[in-house]
Amino acid sequence: MTEKMRVVLGMSGGVDSSVAALLLKEQGYEVIGVFMKNWDDTDEFGVCTATEDYKDVRRVCEQIDIPYYAVNFEKEYWDKVFTYFLDEYKSGRTPNPDVMCNKEIKFKAFMDYALSIGADYVATGHYAQVRRENGKTELLRGVDHQKDQTYFLNQLSSDILEKVLFPLGHLEKPKVREIAEAHELATATKKDSTGICFIGERNFKEFLSEYLPAQPGEMQTISGETKGKHDGLMYYTIGQRHGLGIGGEGDPWFVVGKNVKDNILYVEQSDSNDFLYSDALVATDVNWINEVEDSFTCTAKFRYRQADNEVNVTVLQDGNVHVEFAEAQRAITPGQAVVFYQGDVCLGGGTIEDILKNDERLLYVG
Amino acid sequence: MTLIYLDHAATTPVHPEVMDAMHAFDKEHFGNPSSVHKIGRKAKFYLNEARRDLAKSIKADENDIIFTSGGTEANNLALIGSALENEYNGNHIITTQQEHRANISVMEFLQKKGFHVTYLPVNQEGQINVYDLERSLTEYTILVSVMTANNETGVIQPIKEIGELLKDHQAIFHTDAVQAYSMMDIDVDELQVDLLTTSAHKLNGPKGIGFLYKRSHVLLQQLQYGGFQENVMRPGTENLTSVIGFQKAVNLAQKNKQKNYTTYEGYKRLFVQTLQDEEVEFTINGNIDNAIPTIINLSFPSTETDVLLTNFDLAGIAASGGSACSSGTLEPSHVLKAIYSFRDDRIKNAVRFSFGTANTEEDIVTAAKKIAEVVHRLTNNEGR
Repeated sequence: MTEKMRVVLGMSGGVDSSVAALLLKEQGYEVIGVFMKNWDDTDEFGVCTATEDYKDVRRVCEQIDIPYYAVNFEKEYWDKVFTYFLDEYKSGRTPNPDVMCNKEIKFKAFMDYALSIGADYVATGHYAQVRRENGKTELLRGVDHQKDQTYFLNQLSSDILEKVLFPLGHLEKPKVREIAEAHELATATKKDSTGICFIGERNFKEFLSEYLPAQPGEMQTISGETKGKHDGLMYYTIGQRHGLGIGGEGDPWFVVGKNVKDNILYVEQSDSNDFLYSDALVATDVNWINEVEDSFTCTAKFRYRQADNEVNVTVLQDGNVHVEFAEAQRAITPGQAVVFYQGDVCLGGGTIEDILKNDERLLYVG
Repeated sequence: MTLIYLDHAATTPVHPEVMDAMHAFDKEHFGNPSSVHKIGRKAKFYLNEARRDLAKSIKADENDIIFTSGGTEANNLALIGSALENEYNGNHIITTQQEHRANISVMEFLQKKGFHVTYLPVNQEGQINVYDLERSLTEYTILVSVMTANNETGVIQPIKEIGELLKDHQAIFHTDAVQAYSMMDIDVDELQVDLLTTSAHKLNGPKGIGFLYKRSHVLLQQLQYGGFQENVMRPGTENLTSVIGFQKAVNLAQKNKQKNYTTYEGYKRLFVQTLQDEEVEFTINGNIDNAIPTIINLSFPSTETDVLLTNFDLAGIAASGGSACSSGTLEPSHVLKAIYSFRDDRIKNAVRFSFGTANTEEDIVTAAKKIAEVVHRLTNNEGR
């Protein structure tokens, strides 16, 4: 008797993971759908989004006829992702919880769980591809570059990726919808979720204020001219234009930096002002999916869905990287991920720590 | 892959004779027992025949049986009904920390309505202490509710002693006998209980039918309003086909009680013995020697309940543990939390196995061996 390979698929109740389940089953795997509950947002009526999403997982799994289960990672999520998220905001930075969620939850806690129920592979509905060639396991962008999610997967190792399948990586999103509709999957027309999973559709400012005390303070130009008041540094991000409340003549105003110690938000006028631009950065917590040279040229993304930018990367003694931009970059933001690519291969990435211009660290950025 | 069902405490397969009885009845009779014509009278006759059989099974008077939709409704009627009816005699209720959700949720509702509820603790053997109950009693206590046998550990509670203790007290005594009904000899007079809950689907009857025994002098505030059915305590046209199925299931259970008891007690011991032979590390929650034979609850060190259950399911074994929330994830069992400290690991790796008609001796051995395999694999790999 030949045993089928067992794939444990993370299912969110959305169309992507639903189609992933279908495709894996069609490919002949023994597919087990698992819903991860990472956050409890039960409201005063006892309703939580997890309940609704799990209903969809249940319907789809019954349709495709695969077993399904739910697993609770609320504690792990709180300890590893949410705590990091709040800490970063506290220090005036802009965190990327999705990167951390992939690193700590989906490809750690969930992977361990999957292995404990006998998984040969772990799968998710991410738009990304794994290439296994010549004894090397690489992470590749999804064929649909609009949807490519390798930016969020930059912290995975090739050891982890060896055990991973991304069944949607070779598909364009419209095709995924089409497959869902052709098979009349219950989630075929379900809206894609937006935003950070635990905040959902709620107002970001309101959400954050439930966890961190807001400390209003002054809005100043770099030269010290007061332009107004801010509601709390955590509510603003570098490059932001809207919601500053600075009127008057001339070009619009932009956030260019933060001074956490004195609780000052730095603003400057015009999208093309010098303070928004930089020419290099230093990143920490760097992960390389496979080994790299000490110094090389590649492309990078400094935020999700950004075009590729040419950079020179130098790996420093301490493992951090110095990244020099071929062209000046606007609004590089500490706390966000910088992710490196060689063509379609995602090399890895790190967390943006320092922003530099003319070899000087920009102190006003925060 | 053959499936082995070790979850009879959740529900049981309907006995073929029960199904036959219901089919046969449905074909012949459709009357409304409240109708005065011949077809109605026939229906009424069978309804009361069933009522008589069911009353006999707990040595009760047939007028004291109120058909309900099952255990949950019977508990609601018993607890809310007696609390509201007796609120002028006091506002104190005593129950235990290990009752079924169908009791605890009702108690929480009554607390919101202003009643004071004492939840008795449970000892390491899975039993409540009668002395605790005695000390909790006040002159304002109007209701005491203690289950006959626990649904997660199977441990039998000191119902007779409590009945004796409450003999001269105003408090009404209710017991939820849903799990115990098929395995224990129940005599409502000997136990001195005033209210007793049963359900059909736990003893190979249909789902959606049960009864509340109510001693004739005990008064309940009715919770639903309508016609005169069930002495107005449960208005609405009777679920007669299910009543016939319930009757058949109880008759079978009564007839085979001794034999079933011996068989399932044998399964339970064989199951534990096989796990021991396979060198599985486990502890028993509750007390195997003071429990109904159908239920055993085990904890497997260095594992987690959800991982165990998923592995068992994938290996073709149906068991249960904890309580599932609406998003499908498991919360630790409140029963085990009542038995142990909340920090005790045993509440996080406990599984309930429950035996019944769907099993054979061979099944028990096969299941225990598969379980051993899973546990060995998880503990060798350090699990999760």
